[in-house]
Amino acid sequence: MRSIWVITKRELASFFDSLIAYIILILFLGFSGFFTWIYGSDIFLVGQASLSVFFNVAFWTLFFFIPAITMRMLAEEKKTGTIELLLTKAVTDQQVVLGKFFACFFLVAIAILSTLTYYITVANIGNVDHGAIISGYFSLLLMSAAYISIGLFASSVTNNQIVAFLMALAIGLFFQLIFNVMAGNFTGFMGELFQSLSLSSHFDSMARGVIDTKDLIYFLSIVVLGIKFSEMNLTKRKLIS
Amino acid sequence: MDIQIENLTKFYGAQKAVDDISFKVKPGEILGFLGPNGAGKTTTMKMITNYISVDRGDIKIGGKSVVSEGDELRRFVGYLPEHNPLYHDMAVIDYMEFSAALQGVPSHLIPSKIEEMVKVCGLNAEKHKLIGELSKGYRQRVGLAQAMIHDPEILILDEPTTGLDPNQIVEIRKLIKHLGKEKTVILCTHILPEVEATCDRILIINKGKIVANGTASDLRKQAQGQSLIRAKVEDGEMEKVKSKIQELASVATVEVDDKEMILIQCKPDMPTARDIFKLCVKNKWVLTELTPSETSLEDIFRNLTTS
Repeated sequence: MRSIWVITKRELASFFDSLIAYIILILFLGFSGFFTWIYGSDIFLVGQASLSVFFNVAFWTLFFFIPAITMRMLAEEKKTGTIELLLTKAVTDQQVVLGKFFACFFLVAIAILSTLTYYITVANIGNVDHGAIISGYFSLLLMSAAYISIGLFASSVTNNQIVAFLMALAIGLFFQLIFNVMAGNFTGFMGELFQSLSLSSHFDSMARGVIDTKDLIYFLSIVVLGIKFSEMNLTKRKLIS
Repeated sequence: MDIQIENLTKFYGAQKAVDDISFKVKPGEILGFLGPNGAGKTTTMKMITNYISVDRGDIKIGGKSVVSEGDELRRFVGYLPEHNPLYHDMAVIDYMEFSAALQGVPSHLIPSKIEEMVKVCGLNAEKHKLIGELSKGYRQRVGLAQAMIHDPEILILDEPTTGLDPNQIVEIRKLIKHLGKEKTVILCTHILPEVEATCDRILIINKGKIVANGTASDLRKQAQGQSLIRAKVEDGEMEKVKSKIQELASVATVEVDDKEMILIQCKPDMPTARDIFKLCVKNKWVLTELTPSETSLEDIFRNLTTS
């Protein structure tokens, strides 16, 4: 556990020492604030004391920002060669991947939780459904965890950050959009299969305030598989023969 | 802790990068691991550090197999990879703290360990700087510091003095010699003077196979057979000088190069230099140079690694 925390701390410090964390935070909060309070279908236009507007905005902004956060996690280490020093220390491949996962997750969590001021504001101007809002934040965190694990996997496949970014977006697009579209075009078993694979359908359900076990299993499965496949890609170096 | 390599083999596709090599390194010994580029040095080091797997054979560190217990054994190994990859966005002491923590140094001991490494590696003036701001020499010292901070019993140093200036090279060599008194050190390099200056024993690898294993003087004895003398003679006709020297009982062969330097291959255990001197005196030739020529390590290396 100590090794995981050491790696997490180092990656978080690296985010905040570079401009990455600040740019992500400013852009995320900027977009969220703008489209939640000022423009488009904002809260005042909708006229309801609910943060569903924000959750829908964050659903898309995080989809784009998370690959930008994860793209350098393993790809840069492979390119610079620092992965060799890291993996010859007394740490396992799994601890390295988990350390990086948690660093990305904490950064995204800081961004998401910075919008708690929206919750406080809305609660003071109307009657909020606290359960729905808490569930919405929870679904954002779970969605973020899933996309972080996909981003880490993409970063583990290549040593080129741009390729890692595009691969994460491409894989994410299936979960974000394509499976949902396919679900609408098929009926019966195939329709249900695509529906169950679609991240947006699980997210919508939780964001409305319904926390179903199958939604939890869905998100956690993506997280576990993404981390596992990332670890397998790192371990593959040992088997070059 | 000793290192025992037993019939080690590694394939990259169909190519054998390391081909059934075996050797030992004792505690308190500095082994120079030499070889041309692509010989298998770095591949061997990566297997010892458990970065890549072993295809055949085994590596034992302190009697324990790297194949089965590699993850646990990393704690006892300090590794400086070939290109010294470091995090340029980290400060020197932050990076050393990070390395120490990952290698399992207890938290309460880390500050003292960092202080010790800063002192040993001469990093005091640079310790708060970002690694990316350091010169190559200081980055190399940081690389050494992270390899030693957890006080490992084994040090694997891959080209530790590459890119350093002559002063820095001397300091790093002194440091390695000092470390080698208690630790088991494998030093990978193709800088031959460094091997002679620092190492107790030399291993030469070529095309994945070990082609020489011994001290520098052992290797010279094996390579020499017959010793060589270089001589320059004036006031004598060159052909006559050459034939007279060839007639000496202690001389095996004589050649003259285009600069009129006479290269004399001596028979073993014969007083060839004295015989040449006496011959010159007898014929009233002026002997302006008489130099025994030791087979250099470069020559030994070249002979063993070119075919």
